[in-house]
Amino acid sequence: MAEDSYPDDLLYHPEHDWARIEPADPAQATLGITWYAQDSLGEVVFFDLPSVGASVKKDASYAEVESVKAVSDVIAPLSGEIVAVNDALTDNPNLINEDPYGEGWLVKLRLVDPGERDSLLDAAAYRATLGG
Amino acid sequence: MPATLRRTALYDAHVAAGAKMVGFAGWEMPVQYEGVRAEHLAVREACGIFDVSHMGEIEVSGPQALELLQRLLSNDVAKIAVELDGGGAQYSVLCREDGGVLDDLFTYRLDADRYLTVTNAANHARDLQWFQAHAEDFPEARVMDRLDDYAMLAVQGPVARGIVQAISDVPLPARMTAARRRLAGADVLVCGTGYTGEDGVELLCAPEHAAALWEEIVRRGAVPAGLAARDTLRLEVCFHLYGNDLSIERGPIEAGLGWCCREETDFIGAPAVRRIRESGPREKLVAFAIDGPGIARQGNPVVGGGEVTSGTLSPSLGVGIGLAYVPAERAAIGSSLEIDVRGKMRPATVREKPLYRKGS
Repeated sequence: MAEDSYPDDLLYHPEHDWARIEPADPAQATLGITWYAQDSLGEVVFFDLPSVGASVKKDASYAEVESVKAVSDVIAPLSGEIVAVNDALTDNPNLINEDPYGEGWLVKLRLVDPGERDSLLDAAAYRATLGG
Repeated sequence: MPATLRRTALYDAHVAAGAKMVGFAGWEMPVQYEGVRAEHLAVREACGIFDVSHMGEIEVSGPQALELLQRLLSNDVAKIAVELDGGGAQYSVLCREDGGVLDDLFTYRLDADRYLTVTNAANHARDLQWFQAHAEDFPEARVMDRLDDYAMLAVQGPVARGIVQAISDVPLPARMTAARRRLAGADVLVCGTGYTGEDGVELLCAPEHAAALWEEIVRRGAVPAGLAARDTLRLEVCFHLYGNDLSIERGPIEAGLGWCCREETDFIGAPAVRRIRESGPREKLVAFAIDGPGIARQGNPVVGGGEVTSGTLSPSLGVGIGLAYVPAERAAIGSSLEIDVRGKMRPATVREKPLYRKGS
């Protein structure tokens, strides 16, 4: 998407990642990278899918996303176990650019500590970290 | 971004075109406009235009100009032809005494006793110093820094020549030659060279004419292309990038540039280059493609010895490609390599250069 956007229903990590807590199941979250992250990277050409069953730790890298020019770590906004990965990214990694909050999601987690969400930012606070 | 970055004459044009600007070798340069993939493909399929004004120029003139350049440059400079309004173009490397590469350069003959050598931005000051220091032995040769006198545009792609021809007073110079032309009213040195593997020209003009020239060529259909596309284009055709694939740590024979070294001209470093040519280098620069998914990057180790010096995803081929120094015994076309990409072992195969050919 060409215009920056930070949906209000997501939680944000200052390392440019988002989490969507499933309203029906607060122990499950979908993760992705923000509009800012994909815009800084440029066209994403490769996303090396992590494995279902792997554990991720809040604030640590759990995957890498690559543009033509550079590789960038993806930081986990929450801790948990990966229960699903977005297989569509294998053939179409540019979904991360086109629809970073929708078709470009990265993984789904079963959270180990749903309380961690309290340390994440809302859209307004995240936007403020980008310096307007 | 530090305030000390220099800007080219086209800075405003880049910003107006929506470029993402980055610091590169002390210059604030456009890394991309719409997107590297589209820009890359525009050059492969039609025409792109690059601002390469960050590159430096050194002019050598006078009765001993040829003698000085023959001493400095690895190629046989005497072979550069001279014509009425310009002359030939030649690629060479600049070596230290030990054969280490200081820079790789294109030299254009402007006149019987006048040559213009284009330097890499990051090396310009060092090159100039090297030229000036050695000019002391050739009192009839004059070395002039022309960095501030030229803007440089590269117009590249299968229809690039047609676009530039349409604004030229007379036919453009052929490939690997250079000549002065009037382009849209401006005095321009038109060079039949480039860094993309496509046909096209490089244009050197006074900085005050650059913006109008850029605008006119874009208006006629050239797509502005940034440094990121320039890098993927050159890597697909295996052109060296100084600082990645060339350095003072390695010589031209290792880099596969023996073809532009003429040791019989006694250039600085010739004895060292001859020694390695005769004994055979211990390592060689090879082109590779990753067999499966993944993209190797500069600095990734090759298992069993060697390292990747350039790596990217090839927009034309859709696979990870790159250049790597590997032990000579593993440099043959078809050799299997394993590259340590941040802890993941990625199988790769040594491929013939260039990695991309028209129609492949």
